[in-house]
Amino acid sequence: MADATLHLRDHYEDLAKQTHAARLGMWVFIGSEALLFAALFALYAAYRIAYPASFRAAAAHTNLFLGTAMTFVLITSSLLMANAVLSARLARPGRSVGFLAGTAGLGIIFLGLKAVEYTEHFRDGIFPGAFYAFARLPAPGARVFFTLYYFMTGLHALHVAGGVVLLAWLARRAHRGGFTPEYHTPLELGGMYWHFVDVVWIFLWPLFYLLR
Amino acid sequence: MSTTTTPPASPGTRRIDYLNVETTIRSWLTTTDHKRIGILFLIMTTAALALGGVFALLLRLELLTPGGTFMDAMSYNRLFTLHGVVMVWLFLIPSIPGAFGNFLLPLMLGARDVAFPRLNLASVYIYAIGAVVVLAGAVLGGADTGWTFYPPYSTHTPTAVVPVLLGVFILGISSTITGLNFIVTTHTLRTEGMTWLRIPLFVWAVYATSIILVIATPVLGMTLLLIILDHAFRLGIFDPALGGDPILFQHLFWFYSHPAVYIMILPAMGVMSETVSAFAHKNIFSYNAIVIATLGIAFVGFLTWGHHMFTAGMSVFDSGAFGILSMFVAIFSAIKVFTWVSTLYKGSIALDAPMLYFFGFLFLFSFGGMTGVAVASMSLDVYWHDTYFVVAHFHFIMVGGSMMGFLAALHYWFPKMFGRMFPARSSTVAAVLVITGFILTFTPQFWLGNAGMPRRYYSYPDRFQTLNVISTVGSWAITAGLVLIGAYLLYALRWGARSGPNPWGSLGFEWNTPSPPPPHNYEEPPVITHQPHEYWRTAE
Amino acid sequence: MSEPHLSARTYLFTWIALVVLSALTLLLSVAPLGPFHVPVALLIAGTKGVLIVLFFMHLVEQRSVNRVAVIFWLLLLLILISLTAADVATRSLDLRPPVSG
Repeated sequence: MADATLHLRDHYEDLAKQTHAARLGMWVFIGSEALLFAALFALYAAYRIAYPASFRAAAAHTNLFLGTAMTFVLITSSLLMANAVLSARLARPGRSVGFLAGTAGLGIIFLGLKAVEYTEHFRDGIFPGAFYAFARLPAPGARVFFTLYYFMTGLHALHVAGGVVLLAWLARRAHRGGFTPEYHTPLELGGMYWHFVDVVWIFLWPLFYLLR
Repeated sequence: MSTTTTPPASPGTRRIDYLNVETTIRSWLTTTDHKRIGILFLIMTTAALALGGVFALLLRLELLTPGGTFMDAMSYNRLFTLHGVVMVWLFLIPSIPGAFGNFLLPLMLGARDVAFPRLNLASVYIYAIGAVVVLAGAVLGGADTGWTFYPPYSTHTPTAVVPVLLGVFILGISSTITGLNFIVTTHTLRTEGMTWLRIPLFVWAVYATSIILVIATPVLGMTLLLIILDHAFRLGIFDPALGGDPILFQHLFWFYSHPAVYIMILPAMGVMSETVSAFAHKNIFSYNAIVIATLGIAFVGFLTWGHHMFTAGMSVFDSGAFGILSMFVAIFSAIKVFTWVSTLYKGSIALDAPMLYFFGFLFLFSFGGMTGVAVASMSLDVYWHDTYFVVAHFHFIMVGGSMMGFLAALHYWFPKMFGRMFPARSSTVAAVLVITGFILTFTPQFWLGNAGMPRRYYSYPDRFQTLNVISTVGSWAITAGLVLIGAYLLYALRWGARSGPNPWGSLGFEWNTPSPPPPHNYEEPPVITHQPHEYWRTAE
Repeated sequence: MSEPHLSARTYLFTWIALVVLSALTLLLSVAPLGPFHVPVALLIAGTKGVLIVLFFMHLVEQRSVNRVAVIFWLLLLLILISLTAADVATRSLDLRPPVSG
């Protein structure tokens, strides 16, 4: 198949091996990213044990409606992403582009909601670290909660933003016919990245919005 | 990637190999050939070793007299911080995997390259950028926190903490990429017949190291990022004044830094497994034991980080848990030592330079390892923590272990990499200098630590001077040995005798290629039917 | 010719399960669960994560080495979080043996 030799690198015996290598490499990369966030989750766990009342009180001040909306947005975006990859497998590149655009759109909505949320907090004087000035919850535990909140959701939002850029690039490539049923590895890997970002949020949501 | 076949050399001209196929600077800077990438790492990490060594020499010079000798306390603090940072992150972590792992893995697996060659090239540039950023921090005066950067001091000190940590963060990205590449290479690019239990032991060692690299390094990256943000923007996550807990930094830091010491020693152990077989002309006493011990060290190494924190204020429960878990690592290390020694029995031992470094390693690593078990006992560590006893322990492992591994690898595979031989007598002299110099430098430090001399102090009570002087003289001997090595290896690169494909008569798989190897290693993928180093097959 | 793959229906069912589990988490967060709030929330979040990893990320149809990798990573993640948190949780525990004499 002409398509196979176009993408096959000469140190792999066949395209199947190369695709498997790419997937394994992506899992290893995602594992590394997971541990990046794990360090922060470890801090959250330790500080929650140290400041149980403050953490609950601070969690009550996050915007539950917005947080839940963001969860729904990301879960749906993952559905669209999975379908984008499936469309490429079924040789429907047009639908693939559509699904990718939808995923990216939901990602942008997510970031918009986050911006609204942060603005709300800034108005209340809730800033990270030494700049924290929320008069209603002056306890050090609350300050730590919100510092972790900003850092973890902020880092996550950065990953979402990066993901949106990645999706735009994938959509462009799909639009130009770059993906076929035999070869759509970048699309698959991009999908894995996007789903990983969703998984991180699935843990952030209860920890910062629900456990109040 | 083009599939070029190397044209047959016409009579009178030299065979095409990876070194002479293209000789422009541009071809080196844009190479995706794992062998050239290995050489680039070799050059950079050796330079780092030299730099870190210069810092060490200055430190030891200062310690010749009890009071200030030629520098003040602040300069001393900056120097030992830089010594630690450069040695750990610019040399010990990347050297054997980056230089020899890159060069040898595909050769040993019968592959034409690593899984992701362009990513491999990226790791070279990212390393270089990280190193430059660290050096920029050094030029700006460096940090005075020690290589461990404990807050709250590290987040309040006015020294150049941010560039140094930023550089380390970038270096971490490079080593994570290397680890990822090696894992996928080992899983997917083994040649026909190369089952997991036929992989060379050096590959197993680098594979286990790679697992640690990809899991532990991100945690370090995150932790250092938090310190940078705290220092620059008062994020305060570890600052007691802002509700933070500085001990949590130590948990995250050591979650990486304890497995990091296994990143530093496992590749050296892999080198030793190859060296002992090649130079005793005997296959390893138990291949399976080494594999199990290698994986065991990699896994258990993740469970022990709290033994660096016994005196930090950690809970008694955690201290007990980590103390018990730390004991298990020693079991696997001991299995390896016994296996190597058993390999020597009834072997035909050749005392070339790599074998001398093997013996140095065997003695120094065993001794250092045992003192590790000692300091992992909480009740003993309460006394020894932050004294020279700990300094001696980890230098026995880092220098007596890892650096010996690096030197053994350098000498064993020099002919493979460059097709030349180094002068035998000079190499013996250098090895003796390095090993005895090492013993002179670091053995007195056990006594000093036990007598109560604290680490990271530029001055000390008069009664400690004699041992300090001996230690400093030892450092000069190590330096002489290393300088000699550099000299004759550089000489051999240009004027050394041509080595032929396999001067050591080794049955490692990498020796099935010419020395230096051709650009794509193997024209036809080799078929493997047995383990490496099966010397009993060859009729003597 | 492409390899066997999950269908759009599988993805839809996965999505429905995720939405249902999210609603469940929300409901349980206001239920009187006392000290079980955290483990319950984490358990449901974990289930959702597993669903995404298995189906959206295709782990269920990939080679077993990828599954081993994911499990191994998870294990070490848990070790990091639990032993660090255990330190803070047990600081007030006095585990010294009773002094005699």
